[in-house]
Amino acid sequence: MKQSLIARVGLPRIIIFAFLLLLLALCVLTKQDLGAITGDVIVRFGMNGILALSMFPSILCGAGLNFGVPIGVIAGLVGGLLSVEFGMTGFGGVAAACLFSVPIAVAFGYLYGKLLNTVKGNEIVVGNYISYAAVSLMCIFWLLMPFTNPAITWPIRGTGVRTTVTLEGFYDGLLNDTLSFTVLGVKIPTLLLAAFALACVLIWLFSRSKTGLLMKAAGENPMYAAAAGISVDAMRLKGIILSTLLAAVGIVIYSQSYGFYQLYNAPLNMAFAPVAAVLLGGATTRTVKIRHVIIGTFLFQAIITVAMPVANQLAPDGGLAEVARIIVSNGIILYALMQSGGERK
Amino acid sequence: MTKWKRTLKKNAVPLLFISLSAFAFLYSGASGPVVVSDVVSRFARNAILVLSLIFPVLAGMGLNFGIAIGAMAGQIALFFVMLAGITGTNGLLAAALLCVPLAVVFGWLSSLVLNRTKGQEMITSMLLAFFASGVYQFFFLYLLGGVIPVNNPDFLMGSGIGVRSNLDMTGMQYALDDLLKTDVFTCLLATAAGFGVWLVYQAVKHKKQPLYLALLFALDAALLALGVLGKFGGLWPQYRVMVQIPVATLLVVALVGFVIRYFFSTRMGQRMRAVGNDTTASSAVGIDVNRVRTQAMILSTLVAALGQIVYLQNIGTIAVYSAHENVGMFSAAALLVGGASVSGATVPQALLGTLLFHLLFNILPIAGQKLFGSPEIGEYFRVFIAYGIIAVTLSLYAWKITAKRNATREKKRN
Repeated sequence: MKQSLIARVGLPRIIIFAFLLLLLALCVLTKQDLGAITGDVIVRFGMNGILALSMFPSILCGAGLNFGVPIGVIAGLVGGLLSVEFGMTGFGGVAAACLFSVPIAVAFGYLYGKLLNTVKGNEIVVGNYISYAAVSLMCIFWLLMPFTNPAITWPIRGTGVRTTVTLEGFYDGLLNDTLSFTVLGVKIPTLLLAAFALACVLIWLFSRSKTGLLMKAAGENPMYAAAAGISVDAMRLKGIILSTLLAAVGIVIYSQSYGFYQLYNAPLNMAFAPVAAVLLGGATTRTVKIRHVIIGTFLFQAIITVAMPVANQLAPDGGLAEVARIIVSNGIILYALMQSGGERK
Repeated sequence: MTKWKRTLKKNAVPLLFISLSAFAFLYSGASGPVVVSDVVSRFARNAILVLSLIFPVLAGMGLNFGIAIGAMAGQIALFFVMLAGITGTNGLLAAALLCVPLAVVFGWLSSLVLNRTKGQEMITSMLLAFFASGVYQFFFLYLLGGVIPVNNPDFLMGSGIGVRSNLDMTGMQYALDDLLKTDVFTCLLATAAGFGVWLVYQAVKHKKQPLYLALLFALDAALLALGVLGKFGGLWPQYRVMVQIPVATLLVVALVGFVIRYFFSTRMGQRMRAVGNDTTASSAVGIDVNRVRTQAMILSTLVAALGQIVYLQNIGTIAVYSAHENVGMFSAAALLVGGASVSGATVPQALLGTLLFHLLFNILPIAGQKLFGSPEIGEYFRVFIAYGIIAVTLSLYAWKITAKRNATREKKRN
C-alpha cells in the first residue's frame, strides 16, 4: 500500500520545514546577510551533531531517549578541564580532552545504565531527575576540585572552577577554522563537519556490527531477544555507556566551537535540544536511524538560528528567539510523547 | 515492638531529614529566633503549593511538576488585578477569584495532554510547564503592550512593549500575613487551648487508648507551659520579640488542608482514590477514568494558583518571568521530604515536608559557611537535596513497578 507523501515525511517535519521557509523569506525581505546566517546554521549543525547522535545507541538498545545527556556532558567537561589544566593546546588539546573523558564517561555510563536497567519503562523521568541531581552534586565538586591552572580557577581565590572557562589560547574554534574555506560568502567549517560525519559513520558501522545488531534486537523486542538467548540487560548497558560516551565527546566538540567550557548549572537542560532534534528528524522513543539524527539536528538548529535575526527585527530586545526556542523544542517533545504514549506498556 | 519498628520504617525519610536539620542547625551556630522566624514565614507561604500536589498523586498521576502552570495562572490574575488598581486585601481576594477560571482552563488543557500520555505523566507535566512558560513569556513579553493595549505605562518596559520583569506589589505585600499576626507565645497558647478542647472531646467521645491520650495530653501541657513561660514568665525574650506568626495565612493553609482531607471522603474524592489505586478495575466498575484525571489536574492547578498568590503576597514583588520556574521542583521535593511517595500522600505529610524542607533550606548555607568556609557549598547542597530526593524516590518507585511486573510475568509463566 502506498502511503501519502505527508504520512511518509511526517506532519511535524512538514510544519517545521514550512516555518523555516517562512523565516527564510522574512530574512530575504528584511535584507539579512544570508551568507552569514547560512554559515551560522552550518556551524551550529556541526557543533550540536554529536550530542544529538548520543540519542542513537540509547534508543537502539531500548532505553529510549537519552535524558542522561548531562551525565555524559559532565564527564566531557571534566576531561576538557584536565586538558586545559595540563596546558594542552591545538589538536593535542582536543584529542586529550576526548581521551581523558572516555574513562569517566564509561564509568558514569556504567552506573547510569545499571540504574536504568532497574527502572525499565520509566527511563525518561528517572534519567531526567538523576541527571538533575548529578548536575547539582557536581556544582559542589566544581567548587572543591583541586585544579591549579589560573585559566580554570577563580581569579582572586585561586581555587574552585569558574562558571565559564575560556578556550582562547587553547583550542578555541580549532575544528571550525582549520581547513575552512568560503563558498558564495558561506564559511564551511570543514573539520567540524568531518568530525560529525566521522562519528556518524562509526556509529552506523557499529549498528551493523554483531553487537549492534544484537543491541537492536534487544531494543525492538526484549522478550523475543531474551528467548533467543541475548542478554537484554547487557545490551542496554552497552548502549547507554556508548550514549554517555558520545555526549562526553559531543560537549568537547561543542565547546571548542563555542569557545568556552560552561560549568555549574549549564549542563542542566542540555538533553532537551538533542532530544527535540532527533524527534524532529523522525525518530520515535523506540526507533531511530542515523538519517533522523542528521536531518533533525539540521532542521532544529536551522530554525533556531534563522529565527534569531528575524526575531530581533520584530522585537529588538532579543528575547523572542529564546521564547520561540522554548516553545518549539518542548512542543516537539510533547508531541512525540503524545504519539508514543496512551497505554501503559 | 514490631509496631514501633514499622512506624519507624514508615517515617524513615522525615526522620532522616529531622536528624540532618538538627545536625546542620547545631553546627551552623545560627541564631534560633532568626531561623524560627524565617522558617515560619517560608512554611506559611509555601504550604499551599505543596498541598496542591496531593490530588494528582492520589489519582495515580504521580508528582505534578506542572503546578508551575497554576502558579502562572496566579501571576496572570495578580497582574490584571494590579493593573486595575485594586490593592490590599481586596486585591488579593480579586486575584483569588480571577485565577479560578484561568486555573480551571489551564488544568483542563493540561489534562488533555496528560490523558494521552498515561504512564509518562511526570515527565509530560514537567515538559508542559516548560512549554507553557514559553507561551506565558510570549504573552507578557510581546502581546501585552504590543497587541493588547495596557493603559498604565508603569507596568511596561521602556519600549512600551512587554511587561517589566519585576513588579512591585505595593499595597498588597503582607495583605494576608498582616491581617492577624501575634507573637509566637500567644500563638502557642491559642494552639494549646484549641488542641486541649479537641483532646477532651476525643477522650469523651471515642475513648482511645489511654496511653496514647496521656501522651497527647502531656504534649498539650508542655505547649501550654511553653506559652505561659514565654508570654508571662519573661523567658526567651528574643523569641517573643522576633518571631511573629502570620496567623491568618496559617489559618488559610489549615483551611485548604481540611478541605482537601474532606474532599477525599466525598464521592468524587473516593473515585479519585479508586482510579489511583487501580485504573483497570475503576474503569471496569464504570468510573470514567479520564474524567477523574481531568478533575485531579484542574483541582491541582487551582490550588497551586491560590498558593502562588499567597506566596507572592509574602515576597512582595512579582518576578514576572521567573517566579513560577522552580515551583514544581521545590514543592515536589518538600512533599517527598515529608514521607510521601509517588503514589501516596497525605495532608500532614505535605505540611511536615514543607516545614522540614524549608528548615534545611534556611540552615544549609549557614552550615556550609561554618563547615567549609563557603556559603555556596550549602546553597548547592540544598539544590542537590531537592533534586536528589526526587531522583531517589522516582527510581525506587519505578524499581518497585518493574519488580512487580516481573513477578506477575513469572507467575503467569508458572
